Amino acid sequence: MSNTTTNVASTASSDNNKRGAAILTKEEARFARRELRRHKMTAFALVVPLLVFISFAFVAPILTMLHQGYYSPVVADLIPQTLEKLESWDGQGQPDKRVLTSMAIDLKRLAADRTSGKLAAEINRHKPGASSMVKSTARKLRRKDDADLAQNGAALLLAANKSWADAKTWQAVQKAGKIYTDGFYLTALDLERTFEGEIQIREATQIYIQLYTKTLRMALVITLMCLVLGYPLAYFLANAPSKTSNMLMIFVLLPFWTSLLVRTTAWIALLQTNGVVNSFLMELHVISEPLDMLYTEFSTIIAMTHILLPFMILPLYSVMKGIDKSYMRAAMSMGAKPIPAFLKVYLPNTLPGLSAGALLVFIISVGYYITPALVGGTDGQMISNIIAFHMQQSNNWGLAAALGTMLLILILTLYWVYDRFVGASNIKLG
Amino acid sequence: MSQPFPSYYTLWHKAGSYALKFTAFAVLFFLIVPIIVIIPLSFNAEPYFTFTKGMVTFEPSAYSMRWYDAIVTNPNWLLAIKNSFIIGFFATIVATTLGTMAAVGLSSQRMPYKRLIMALLLSPMIVPLIIIAAGMFFFYSKFGFAGTYTGLIIAHAALGVPFVIITVTATLSGFDRSLYFAGLSMGASPLKTFFDVVVPLIRPGVISGAMFAFVTSFDEVVLVLFLAGPGQRTIPRQMFSGLREQINPTILAVATLLIMVSVAFLITLEFLRRRSERLRGLESPH
Amino acid sequence: MKITTMVTGAALGVMLASTAMAAELTVVSFGGAYGAAQKKHMLDPYTAKTGTKILFEDYSGGIAEIKAQVEANNIQWDVVDIEVIDLERACSEGLLEVIPASVLAAGADGTPGAQDFIPSAIANECGVGNIVWTIIYAYNEKTIGSVKPTSIGDFFDTKKISGKRAMRKRPQVNMEWALIADGVAADKVYEVLATDAGQARAFAKLDTIKDDIVWFDSWSQVPQLLNDGGAVMGQSANGRIFDAIKKDGKPFKMVWDAHVYDLDVWAVVKGSKKKDLAFDFISFATGTKPLSGMPDVAYGPTRKSSMALVDPAVIPDLPTSHLDEGVKADGIFWADFGESLGEKFNEWLLK
Repeated sequence: MSNTTTNVASTASSDNNKRGAAILTKEEARFARRELRRHKMTAFALVVPLLVFISFAFVAPILTMLHQGYYSPVVADLIPQTLEKLESWDGQGQPDKRVLTSMAIDLKRLAADRTSGKLAAEINRHKPGASSMVKSTARKLRRKDDADLAQNGAALLLAANKSWADAKTWQAVQKAGKIYTDGFYLTALDLERTFEGEIQIREATQIYIQLYTKTLRMALVITLMCLVLGYPLAYFLANAPSKTSNMLMIFVLLPFWTSLLVRTTAWIALLQTNGVVNSFLMELHVISEPLDMLYTEFSTIIAMTHILLPFMILPLYSVMKGIDKSYMRAAMSMGAKPIPAFLKVYLPNTLPGLSAGALLVFIISVGYYITPALVGGTDGQMISNIIAFHMQQSNNWGLAAALGTMLLILILTLYWVYDRFVGASNIKLG
Repeated sequence: MSQPFPSYYTLWHKAGSYALKFTAFAVLFFLIVPIIVIIPLSFNAEPYFTFTKGMVTFEPSAYSMRWYDAIVTNPNWLLAIKNSFIIGFFATIVATTLGTMAAVGLSSQRMPYKRLIMALLLSPMIVPLIIIAAGMFFFYSKFGFAGTYTGLIIAHAALGVPFVIITVTATLSGFDRSLYFAGLSMGASPLKTFFDVVVPLIRPGVISGAMFAFVTSFDEVVLVLFLAGPGQRTIPRQMFSGLREQINPTILAVATLLIMVSVAFLITLEFLRRRSERLRGLESPH
Repeated sequence: MKITTMVTGAALGVMLASTAMAAELTVVSFGGAYGAAQKKHMLDPYTAKTGTKILFEDYSGGIAEIKAQVEANNIQWDVVDIEVIDLERACSEGLLEVIPASVLAAGADGTPGAQDFIPSAIANECGVGNIVWTIIYAYNEKTIGSVKPTSIGDFFDTKKISGKRAMRKRPQVNMEWALIADGVAADKVYEVLATDAGQARAFAKLDTIKDDIVWFDSWSQVPQLLNDGGAVMGQSANGRIFDAIKKDGKPFKMVWDAHVYDLDVWAVVKGSKKKDLAFDFISFATGTKPLSGMPDVAYGPTRKSSMALVDPAVIPDLPTSHLDEGVKADGIFWADFGESLGEKFNEWLLK
C-alpha cells in the first residue's frame, strides 16, 4: 500500500521537475536538482550506519548458515589422498589395493591426531553404523608400524573390519568426500541420492517431512485457537465503553509485556503432574488420578496460544475500534438476523485485522523454540527444536543449516505475503 | 455493553450479548490467571510448584521468603541479573541510536529503495530466533565474538532495531518533513537541525522504541543459549536451564520480580503514549 | 539528559567492575547434590587456597557441548567432569587435552599418585578419576503400588508394574538394560550390542515401554520426577537417590540389579586458554582429602588413601560394595558406537 503512495509521489516529483525545467531558469533547475539529490543523500546517509550494522550482525550470519548447508570440507581435508585414488573406482565391488592401503595409512594418522572421530561421524551420515567401523579400525591400525602399513595396508584394513570390502562403505566415503553437497538438503527432505546419482526416498527412517507437517499443523491449530479466543474478546473490548475497555486492556497487555520465560514457567506450574490444575481437579473430585498434561503436544499448544493471543487481539481490536457501529445497528434495526448481519456486514470489515493477526501468529508459531523445548516433551517438539538438537546435541551442523534454510524460506514466503497484504511496518506493538 | 439494550433487540440478542460477555471474561481469565498464580506460589515454604494445604488455609507458616533469599545468595543468579542489565543497556543504546537515525532517513519520501530497506531492517523480528542463533553461532565464532559481551550486545541490538524503527516511524508519520528540510536549507547543519527540530518531536517514539529494544534483549534467551559463555548467563538463560534441569521455586520468585518489572514498563509506556498524544495535539497548530 | 548520563555512568561502572571480577576458571559438572559435594570439597577449598575464582556451571553430560566448542573454536569451558562412558570417545576425537603425569599428586600418606589411584581412574590419558558411581533405578514406595520391582526385568515389565518410568534421553545404559531385561547375560551385553541384530533387539525391547517412558536430560530431574509423581520409577545416578533419602527423607528405594557402574573423571577441554590453571585445579581436586568428601553422596573415591578417611557407615551404600550385581560401563564400546547408536536412538525417538 505504501508502495503505491511512494510511486505516485516520485512520479509526481519527476513530473514537476520536467515541467519545472521549462519554466525555471537553468540555474534554478540545477539548484533544485542538487537540493533533491542532497535530500536523498541525507536520507540515505542516515540509513547507511544501520544497514552496515544489520549486514554484519544479522545478514552475514544468516548467509553463513546458508553456506554451511551445502559446504562440507571435513572429509576432503582429512583424507585427501585416499579420495584422490578413489576417484577412478567404478563404484562396484572392492576398490583397488592402493585405495585400501592409502586409507589404512590415513586412518593411522587420524587416530594419532585424534581426528578419526570426525571422519567417522561424517561417513556415518551416509552409511548408518559406519562410525563404529571407522573408529575401531583406526584404533587397531594405530599400533601398526608405518612400513608394515605401506606394505600390507590393504590386508590389515580388511583384517580390522570386513566391511572395508563392501562397495557401500566406499560409496559412502566418496559421497562424504564431496566438498559441495546437496546431501543435507536431501536429508532434510527425507530424500537421498543413490550412488548412480538418482534421487530417491531415504531408505533409513523418514522424519523431517512429517516434522514440517506437524509444525505447520500445530501452528495452524494455535492460530485458530487464538482466533476463536481473540475475536470475541477484541469485539467485546472494541464495543465496551472506553473506561471499561481501557481497564480490561491491561489484562491483554500485561501478559504481552511479561517475559516469555515467566509465562512458560506459569504453564509448567499449572500443568505439571502435581501442579495447580491437577490438584484443583482432584480436590473437586473431577478426576481421581492426575492427568498427564505437561510435556505433551497439548501443553505446547495451550502455552503458545496463551503467549501469542495478544498478537491476535491487538490488531483485531484496533480494526474493530475503527468500524462504525451504526452499520450493524442499521442492519439489525432493519430486521436482519444477527448472524447473517455479522457475517455480511461486520466480519468483512474486520478482515484486515484478522489477516494481520492470524498471519503474525502463524509466522511466529512456525519458528517457535522456547516453549516447545520447555513444555513439549517428546511429542510437542517443532522444527526449531530439531534444528537446535542438530546444533547442540548431534553436532550435525550441515543438517541443522539445511533444515534452517528450509524454515527460513517458509518464513520469508509468509513474511512476503504479510508484507503484501498488511505491510511490514504496520505491525502493532500494543 | 452495560448500556440498556435497544428496543429492537430480541431475547436471542440479549442471550447472545451475555454469551459474548461471558466468553470475553473467560478469555481474559485465561490470559491473566497463569500470570497471577505464580505470585503466591513464589512464597511457598515448600520446594513445590503447587499450593500446599497450608497455603490454601492461609497458615502463615506455609509462606516464606526463602526463594527470594535464594536469589540473593546465589552468585549465579546475581551474575545473571547483572549481565541482563549490562547487555540490555548497551544493546538498547546501539539499537536506539542506529534505529532512530535510520527511521528518520526512511521516513523521507526521497529515500531510495525505501520499501526494500524497510523490509530488510524489520526482518530480524520475523526470522525465527533459532535460525538467527545458528547463523550467529557460526559467524561470530569465526571472529571470536561468541562467548563475549560484545557478541551478545551486537546480537541483541540487531533484534531491537525493528522495534525502534517502528515506533519512531510512527511518531514521524504525522510530522511535517518540510520543517526539517527548511532547517537544512536555511544553512543549519544537518546534525543541528536534527537535534533542534526532529528530536523533540520523536522523543516519545524513541523512548518507547528504546524500551521495546531493552525488553527484547532482557527477555531473549535463544541467542544467549547459543552465543553466551558461562560468564554471560542472563536471567532468562538461568531460568531456562532451571526449568530444564531443576525445577525449583526460585524461578517463581524471579518470575514474580519480572512481572513487577513488566507492570512498571506497562505504566511507563502508557504514560508516554498519553504524553505523545498530548504533545502532537499541541504541536499540530504550528 | 542528566538521568541518561547517570545511567550511562552507572552502567559503565558495573561493566568495569564486572571485568575486574571476571571468573578465572570455568569448571563444569552435573549440578545437584553431586555438584554441591564437589563445590564443598573441591572448588571452595581450592579458591580458599589459591584465590582463584571459579565459575561453576552445570551440564547434563555427553560430549556434544564440548564438541561444539572445539569444532567452532569457541572454547568456553576449562575443566569438565565427564563420565568414563563418554571419556574414551571425547579423548579419541581430540576434544580433550592429554593430562601430564605431574598432575597426579601423591597421596596424603606419601604414596606416589600413579600407585595411589585405582588403575581404572587413570587408564585414559585425558582424565583423572574423581568418583566411582553407578546408574541404578529407584522407585517411590508411596506411588509404586503393591508389587515392588526387584530386577531390571521388572523395570521393563509394564504388566507387573504400571506407571511412568524415567529414563535419561540417550542410548547409553538404556540399550544395555534393554538387552539384559530381554535375557542377555550381563557379561555378553556389549558383544551383542555390537551387532545389528543385537541393536534391533534392544530397540524392540525399548519399544515395549516407549509409551511409558518419561525422558529426562539431567540427573537432577529424577528425584523430582519420583517425588512429584511424574514417574513411579526412574533411572538415576545412585548418589542423587541416596541424597534424597538421606537428606530429605524421601521414601525412595534403590534397585541394584544390573546397575551399570562407571567412573567420572576431571578433564580439560582441548584449547582451553587456562590449561595450566586447569591442570593445577585437577591436581588439587583429586587429592586425598577432596576425594574423601565424595562419599557424602555415596560415590566412591578413586584413591586408596582417600578410602581410609571414609566413614565406615557409608561403605555399604557405595557402588564398590555392589560390584557383583553390576555391569561395568564400556567406554571403548561407546567410543566406537556412540555416534551411530546415538543417531539411531534419536530417529527411534522421533518415530
